[in-house]
This record gives sequence, C-alpha cells and structure tokens, in this order.
Amino acid sequence: MSLLGNITLDAIPYHEPIIMVTLAVIGVIGLAVVGLITKYEKWGVLWHNWLTSVDHKRLGIMYIILALVMLIRGFSDAIMMRTQLAIATNGSEGYLPPEHYDQIFTAHGIIMIIFMAMPFMIGLMNIVLPLQIGARDVAFPFMNNLSFWFTASGAVLINISLGLGEFAKTGWLAYPPLSEMSFSPGVGVDYYIWALQISGIGTLLTGVNFLATVFKMRAPGMKLMQMPIFTWTCTWANILIVASFPILTAVLGLLTLDRYLDFHFFTNDGGGNAMMYINLFWAWGHPEVYILVLPAFGIFSEVISTFTGKRLFGYTSMVWASGAISILGFVVWLHHFFTMGSSADVNAFFGVMTMIIAIPTGVKLFNWLFTMYRGRLRITVPVLWTLGFMVTFSIGGMTGVLLAIPGADYVLHNSLFLVAHFHNTIIGGAVFGYMAGFAFWFPKATGFHLNERLGKYSFWCWQIGFYVAFMPLYVLGFLGMTRRLNHTNNPDWNIWLYVAALGAVIIFAGIILQFVQLYVSIRDREQNPDLDGDPWNGHTLEWSTASPPQFYNFATLPKVHDIDAFTDMKEKGIEYQAPDEYLPIHMPSNTAAGMQVAGAAGIVGFALIWHIWWLAIVGALGIVVAFIARCYANNVDYYVEPQEIAEIEQAHLANVASVKEELV
Amino acid sequence: MSHSAEIESHGSVKSYLIGFVLSVVLTAIPFWIVMTGSFSKATTFYSVIALAVVQIVVHLKYFLHLDFSIRGRLNTFAFLFTALIIVMVVGLSIWIIYSANAMMM
Repeated sequence: MSLLGNITLDAIPYHEPIIMVTLAVIGVIGLAVVGLITKYEKWGVLWHNWLTSVDHKRLGIMYIILALVMLIRGFSDAIMMRTQLAIATNGSEGYLPPEHYDQIFTAHGIIMIIFMAMPFMIGLMNIVLPLQIGARDVAFPFMNNLSFWFTASGAVLINISLGLGEFAKTGWLAYPPLSEMSFSPGVGVDYYIWALQISGIGTLLTGVNFLATVFKMRAPGMKLMQMPIFTWTCTWANILIVASFPILTAVLGLLTLDRYLDFHFFTNDGGGNAMMYINLFWAWGHPEVYILVLPAFGIFSEVISTFTGKRLFGYTSMVWASGAISILGFVVWLHHFFTMGSSADVNAFFGVMTMIIAIPTGVKLFNWLFTMYRGRLRITVPVLWTLGFMVTFSIGGMTGVLLAIPGADYVLHNSLFLVAHFHNTIIGGAVFGYMAGFAFWFPKATGFHLNERLGKYSFWCWQIGFYVAFMPLYVLGFLGMTRRLNHTNNPDWNIWLYVAALGAVIIFAGIILQFVQLYVSIRDREQNPDLDGDPWNGHTLEWSTASPPQFYNFATLPKVHDIDAFTDMKEKGIEYQAPDEYLPIHMPSNTAAGMQVAGAAGIVGFALIWHIWWLAIVGALGIVVAFIARCYANNVDYYVEPQEIAEIEQAHLANVASVKEELV
Repeated sequence: MSHSAEIESHGSVKSYLIGFVLSVVLTAIPFWIVMTGSFSKATTFYSVIALAVVQIVVHLKYFLHLDFSIRGRLNTFAFLFTALIIVMVVGLSIWIIYSANAMMM
C-alpha cells in the first residue's frame, strides 16, 4: 500500500488539452489574485474580516462569490456541451470524446444545483433574512461560518476532480448499478459522493440555523404572520432542507457502503434493489428544487411590492401557498421515475399530486399580478428579472403539468423535452429570482449601486438567450432526441441543435455583461453610493439600516407592528429616530474553527476518494480536535461599547439627513 | 445577541407518575389480552395496536411534554410535521417499491 493511496501520475489528465488549458488558466488567475492580494497587503483583511468572519452579511457575500465562480465553471460545461452537439451532427464525433463528455454533463448538473444555485440562494438568505426580522445575527453565528466552509470544501473537492482523476460519468443522479464499483471503478463517483456529502451537511446546518433564527430571534412585536414574505419563503425552504437533506445524507451513505465495503443495498445481485436509490434520491431531489425556487418566489414578491409602491397582494395566501407547495413537494417525487414501472395506482397518485402543485403556484402568480394592478411599476433591473420570470416560469410550469401525466411521461421521459422543462423552471424560476435579488439587495450589501444600463443589457441577453437555447430542446424532445447524447446522426435535428448553441452564446453574452457590470459598478462606486441605505423606498427592516449595514445591524432592536415594518415607521415618522441612549451590544467573535473543521472534513473526503487511509484518520482526528478546541475557546464574544455605537449611528443619520436635504 | 429566555415546562413528579401509571396499565392490558388467549386473533391484534398508539400519545404528553399551549405549540407542530414527513416518505416508499416488485413477479 502506497502512502498516496491510489494516486498515480496517470491520474492527471495530460492527454486532455481542454482540461490542461483550463487548469493553466485557473493557475494564472489564481496566481494573479494571490499577487494582487500580496501587492495591496490585503491578506490580513481577507483573513480577519472575511474568512474567519461570523457576520451573516459577510458570509452571504462569500456564498455569492462562490456561486458566481461556480457559475463560470458550470456555464463553461454548458457551452461545451452545446457546441459539441452542434458540431457532432451527421455522424461526426465532435471534439469531446464520450468519457470526457459524460463527466461534463454530470459536473454541469451538480455544480449548477449544489454549488451555484444553493450558495446563491443561501447567500441572499444570509444577507437579508436576519435584517428583515430585526435580528443582530443568526441564532448560531459560528455554525453559520462552519456551514459556509462545508459548502466551500465540497466545491474544492469537485474542482480538484478536474485536474486529478476524473468526475463521475453517471449523470448528476449517479443511479446505480452504473454508479456501483462494478460499472464505475474510477474515482469519479467517489468525488461525487464526498463533494455532495460534505456540502450537504453544510446546507443541513444552515437550515437548522435559520429556523432557530426566525423562531427565536424576531424583533420585539413581530408575529410569525408579520414576517416579510422573503423570510417566510426562506423559512419554508429551510423546513424542507431540514426534512429532506438527511435523506440525501442517508442515500449517499448507503452508496458509500456499497462502493467501499462491498455492501449490496443497490446492486443487481445479493438482494440489492437499485430502484430504492432512485426512490430515496428523488425523495430528497424533488424537495430540493422547491428549496431552490421558494426563496426566489419570496424575492419576486419583495421586488414587485417595493417597485409598485404597494403592499403585497394576498400576503396570507402567499404564506400558505408556500406552505402548501412545501408539503405537496414532498409527495410528488415519483414523477421523476414513472417509467420504473410501479403500479398504475402509484403513477396516478403521484401524477395527480404533481398537477395539484400548479394550484398554489398559480395563486402566487395571481398575487403578483394583482399587486402590480393599478400600481406604478418602476422598470428597474430587479423588476425586469421578475417580469421575465413570470412569463418564462409559467411556460415551464405548463410543460411540467404536461410531464406529470404518466402516459405523456412515458413518451417524454429522459428526452430533451424534460431537459428543456427543468431548465425552464430552474433558470426561469430560481436563477432569475437570484438575479433579481442580487440587483435588489446589492446596494444594501455593498453600499453602492449596480450599473443599471449594463444590468438591463444582461437581462435581455439572458431572457432572449434562454428562449433561443431551450425552446429548440422542446422541439428536439418531440422529435425523439434523448438527453446525454454525445453525437447525433439525424438531419432533422441539426437545425435545432444549431439554434440551441446560438442561444447558449447569447446567454454567455449575458453572463459576460454581468461581470462587466460588476467591474464597472465597483470601479465607479464612489459616484454611485447608497448613502441613506434605502435606495428603493423599501418596505421592510433591512432598508432601515445603513448600506452596508452596521456590523451589529440594529443599534436598538426595532419594535414591529406591521408586515411592512419600515413603511409603518415611515408613515409614523419614526424611521430614523435616535434613541435616548445606546446600550452595549453583545457580539460573537470571529473564529478560524469553521475553516479548520470543514477543511479537515475536506481532507477526509479527499483521502477517502483516493483510499489514503492514514490521511483519512488524520483528517477525522483533525475534525474532532478542532471542534474540542472550539468548545474550550474563551474569546468567543465581546461587547460593542455605547460610545462606538453612537459614533456609527450618528454618521449614518448624518448621511440620511444629507440625502433628505438634497431631495428638498 | 438577544436571546429571549423562554423556559419550557419540564413536568412535575405528579405528571411523571401519572404518565408512568398510565404506561404500565396500557402495557399490562395488551399483555393480559395476549396471555389469556380468549379473544379472536383479529381482536387481539387490533386492540394491541390501538393501545400502543394510545401509549405513544401518553409518552408524548407526559414525558416529552408536547401540548398546544403557547409555549409548547412550536415543539408540537415540529413533531407533527416530522411525523407527517416520515409517514409520507416511508409509507409512500413502501407502497412504491412493493408495487414495483409486485409488477415484476
């Protein structure tokens, strides 16, 4: 047994020029970043203010940076697949050999769902939710930092798979028996298992953390049915996280036992049943898509309500519609595998349940429409994303109801129609929502505005690119093209494959414009500051703080009497009232323990992937030692003194006053 | 950090004793039903199940202190929601896999 386990020089894919060039580019960018940080002497700032921070706002920003980085990686996979399929027609083989192509579509799925969409959603929730409920931080600030680093550890593992070994070639679901040792003997599935397992634990902790936060730390006076709608939809998503992520942990654990210790849970022989994996995977997987989309629904609600200058129509129905979606979302998972051939009763039950979900979703859509009705909609970037969502997501929902008919599903299962459908709902629903939330809360998180014009260009590229890229896939599905094909030989399909590739290029332009927008906005940040912290005439408490918010969020905890708590304060004229005196604020200290524990977990994952048993033991000990050290740490909290608070608050109030003066 | 210090009820000697006695009685009855053997198989089966369910409720009330008071409501709803999810996931999974196996016969 070698000290390096199964790692050999052959594990580095020298023969794949695409990967080697990618690695070189990553290396150059990485060195440039390291060089810049060193040049500007920012290592201390990075370490003390960011990496070890337990501040929910900073963790939120780090989550979103992770999401944007992984968006680049996931989109690179996407555009490679589209160009491959546009080139590899009429029997030509294209430029991506099957063993590489298979890794790309697996990585694309996992990265986009687990390492792009989830961090984006959790990042927005981190930044906004505690502010919306008038809390000073989350219930467990250290655990919040730990959750982030678990997610980051998983992301690091999946990125290591690019340059060392391979990633799974199974599709993002890793169905057995294909994902079993006998059919996938390489390390690909192991990378998949440990990247998902480690980041999944982070997500589960986040769910627990934010549930405790909303149940225990709401501002005085705020009843549950007065929580802002984004907080409510996040709460439903967190309930789903807590209920469903343990299923993922368990099913991956069983697959791990199969692969490492020769168990027979999902094998073809020895009494295993592969269908049980598919069943359990989707018992997590379906709630997961609602975890992604419910917070997005909350974002659209906030955006529509704010920019029409009206109270949200049907708040109560919105909360209960989200609840209904959450519960129903737990009894529809079989629609992902109607074709496994369970009984007609089973298929009928799950088909009907799936169609019923369209009702609460429809309630939401009408609530948004009625909120806009007779309002004065200011067409800003967040509103554009919201309007784009309402049209696009409706189409995605309708194709979903179509797929929910078991008979139709037998024809369309695993066809490009399905691929078009779920991109239609996840891009048109979740991603558009995160983009809206990004533009909406960017001034709050950073203290300056995004460039509006570039944001609009980016939106239109995404919106048009989406239709050009995915509508052809519906057609291809009807023409009989299945998903995960490496090359095709059917002249009828060619034109649609070309159009879809063009669409991907248009979306690419949208993504580039977003990064240009970020660059331009950061460059011009001095010209576009958000001084008073309330750029959109907001309704909820996050807009009552400075931008970026004071690190303690609220000098005195706000008293809440209304759903739109900040509007209520404005109407009473008490929105910027300084209290008679400030009291010391109890705050958590930064800690490196989250990085240590999650880093050690990442080492365990890496060691298990490559069967480096000694390193796995070292890593596991590292987790325990770091955790015990944290338990005995003394410097876990401190008090902010009233004098410091008074200075910060006076500066904020002066900014507010200067903005008011300009308006007069 | 402002943590509101809510103290949930942890029961009294009396409530634990009531719970204990009820549990003993609810265990003794099915034991007696099975031991005498003078009831039909169906009656025995269903009464044991019914008494077991009653005992679960007793445990939840007297030992886990779940109730519908303002303070206890959150725990109770969390419990009911968890129970619902487990019943749905486990129950439907059994139905799905059982039906699939039956179709393979």
